[in-house]
Amino acid sequence: MTLAVFFGCAFIAFGPSFALFVFTIAKDPLRVIILIAGAFFWLLSLLLSSLVWFIAIKASNSQDLTLQRGLLIFGVFFSVLLQEVFRFAYYRLLRKATEGLAAISDDDGSAISVRQMAYVAGLGFGIMSGAFSMINILSDSLGPGTVGIFGDSQYYFITAALMTLALTLLHTFWGVVFFEGCEKSRWWVIAAVVSLHLLVAGLSLLNPLYEGSLPPVYVITLATGVWAFFSSGGSLHSLSALCTLCGFESRASRTMTEVPLSKTPNPQPLPGRRSMWLPTAPGVCSRQES
Amino acid sequence: MNTSDSEEDSYNERSALVQCESPTIPSYHQDHDMSLPQETDTKRGRPVSSGLDEPGLVERERAATPDGEEEELTLKYGAKHVIMLFIPVTLCMVVVVATIKSVSFYTEKTSQQLIYTPFKEDPNSVGQRLLYSLLNTIVMISVIVVMTIILVVLYKYRCYKFIHGWLILSSLMLLFWFSFMYLGEVFKTYNVAMDYPTLAMIIWNFGVVGMICIHWKGPLRLQQAYLIVISALMALIFIKYLPEWSAWVILAAISIYDLIAVLCPKGPLRMLVETAQERNEPIFPALIYSSAMVWMVGMADSNNPDSADERQRNEGGALAQEGVESEDDVALGGRRRCSAEEDLEEDRGVKLGLGDFIFYSVLVGKAAANGGDWNTTLACFVAILIGLCLTLLLLAIFKKALPALPISITFGLVFYFSTDNLVRPFMDSLAAHQYYI
Repeated sequence: MTLAVFFGCAFIAFGPSFALFVFTIAKDPLRVIILIAGAFFWLLSLLLSSLVWFIAIKASNSQDLTLQRGLLIFGVFFSVLLQEVFRFAYYRLLRKATEGLAAISDDDGSAISVRQMAYVAGLGFGIMSGAFSMINILSDSLGPGTVGIFGDSQYYFITAALMTLALTLLHTFWGVVFFEGCEKSRWWVIAAVVSLHLLVAGLSLLNPLYEGSLPPVYVITLATGVWAFFSSGGSLHSLSALCTLCGFESRASRTMTEVPLSKTPNPQPLPGRRSMWLPTAPGVCSRQES
Repeated sequence: MNTSDSEEDSYNERSALVQCESPTIPSYHQDHDMSLPQETDTKRGRPVSSGLDEPGLVERERAATPDGEEEELTLKYGAKHVIMLFIPVTLCMVVVVATIKSVSFYTEKTSQQLIYTPFKEDPNSVGQRLLYSLLNTIVMISVIVVMTIILVVLYKYRCYKFIHGWLILSSLMLLFWFSFMYLGEVFKTYNVAMDYPTLAMIIWNFGVVGMICIHWKGPLRLQQAYLIVISALMALIFIKYLPEWSAWVILAAISIYDLIAVLCPKGPLRMLVETAQERNEPIFPALIYSSAMVWMVGMADSNNPDSADERQRNEGGALAQEGVESEDDVALGGRRRCSAEEDLEEDRGVKLGLGDFIFYSVLVGKAAANGGDWNTTLACFVAILIGLCLTLLLLAIFKKALPALPISITFGLVFYFSTDNLVRPFMDSLAAHQYYI
């Protein structure tokens, strides 16, 4: 309990998404709007699925605990399906917006590409999902209490934070992959995203057997991350370019090749400008323009 | 005992969504809400709408950019304007929610009520509670309507000094009395010992600087900060003194009133706008949050002080009769000069009336006050932001004055009640079992 747990869990759960927001989204107003609209769509899906669950609960016998639990599990899966439906709906909305823009402007590009929108939309879903899962728990962790006093697990907070982090990242990756699949009309991709989401939700049903839920979820997160990276245009070449970029302080000149961050789907280096990085000593790089 | 009238003085906020006018455009749509001057009662902010000056923007850009980029620039500017409004609205809500969650004074229900909500709700009987909240709403809305009409009449007959005097009186009330109360409660919550001389000095400085910034000249950021602070203070007063159910019904009723007042041909707000347009005056610059900024940069030096002065004074809302006309001419002249020289800088900024801030914050604050569920607060927050975004989008599409409150408040109310009753039990059950969706 207390501040240490609060800050620790808050940073675990929201640190990466906050960093992603600050570094990639905060500067561009259009992306902020798309992020908040993505959060809104996730919220809508949650609202509808809660409505369905609520009706089911009210229509059933409230004393029967197994039935209630069964209904909750049904609620979980239904909510997952509805989230994916709303992700698709958001994709359609964004496509219309992009088409509108592209139709009006002369040059090919609109202000924001579909890949960027995919990333931002995924992040919006992830942030909202994480916030709704975690914020009440965080606020409870600030107050007095004993974790697991009735025999539940003592690791509640930390596992909640880890699960939230995994889900946020997963939503981001799923957003990228999903939109890419919709763009290229690869319906197996969509089916894969839906089944992965169902799988992750199903794995969370194993809680509090955390060994059964957390490691597999993180494996899935990593795998989906790799998939999203390659799906959005990343390649091993760009990865190696990133790795050989040594020294955070050597951003001396702006003529160096733009190295794509693995999550920003804009990996093409500027044509006609290459620079070679020669490591001369550990941590020191010299650069040679070619 | 009912709270005194003077507390209501600060209701003279206006909610409006207006864009700074570009002098090259002779006609523009501008809506604003009004502050109702108070004779005996309080003023009330009126939610109004704004007009985005799209033709002006496109016109100015047409010279410089190829045809296709206009819309893209419009979209970029539109997005930037939305963000320029998101940030202050978010800040105001954050201040209100933080206060509600930490200072218990604003959530303690007392028997005191505002005189505009004279009927006391009885928590035991649902029917009577509903009836009394409806009656309270009717009383409050009629007060607002009457005040708006009085304001329009005063404006029509050019009683600017009177209006200005009331505005000054109400900001005095807000900046000194309400902030004194607020500070006192914060000190009580955190058990901070404070002596009266120090407190007097703090409040005096805060208040005087606020009056200067808001009504005269001051750095833009400081003025914006003060406007946000007084909106938050006003919202907190509403949250404390409006009875539970009455507050929700009032929120709904205000949005409907806003819709009617702005869109109907005989609506008071619309008449006010048209009168201001006929006279070619900026509409009540006082108590409108302005984010106008960057077009100051890059201006020739000789123009700088003038334009800065004019703009600030416009924002400050000097409504003395002579003051309005002369400053308007100079302002127009100054702006014309500036925009002619400005070929790189874009923004004309956006103005949003304080009534919008206040009602958004009231909604989110009440969501935060009830039950301590953060999901509800977050849902209302997102809903309001999306409503604001949609309102601006509709403005860009229709290019005519639209009210700023209805969409946001509707979304906010829908999301509040549904999240509180449907989503909360769902998420609580999920959290209890640690299931993740």
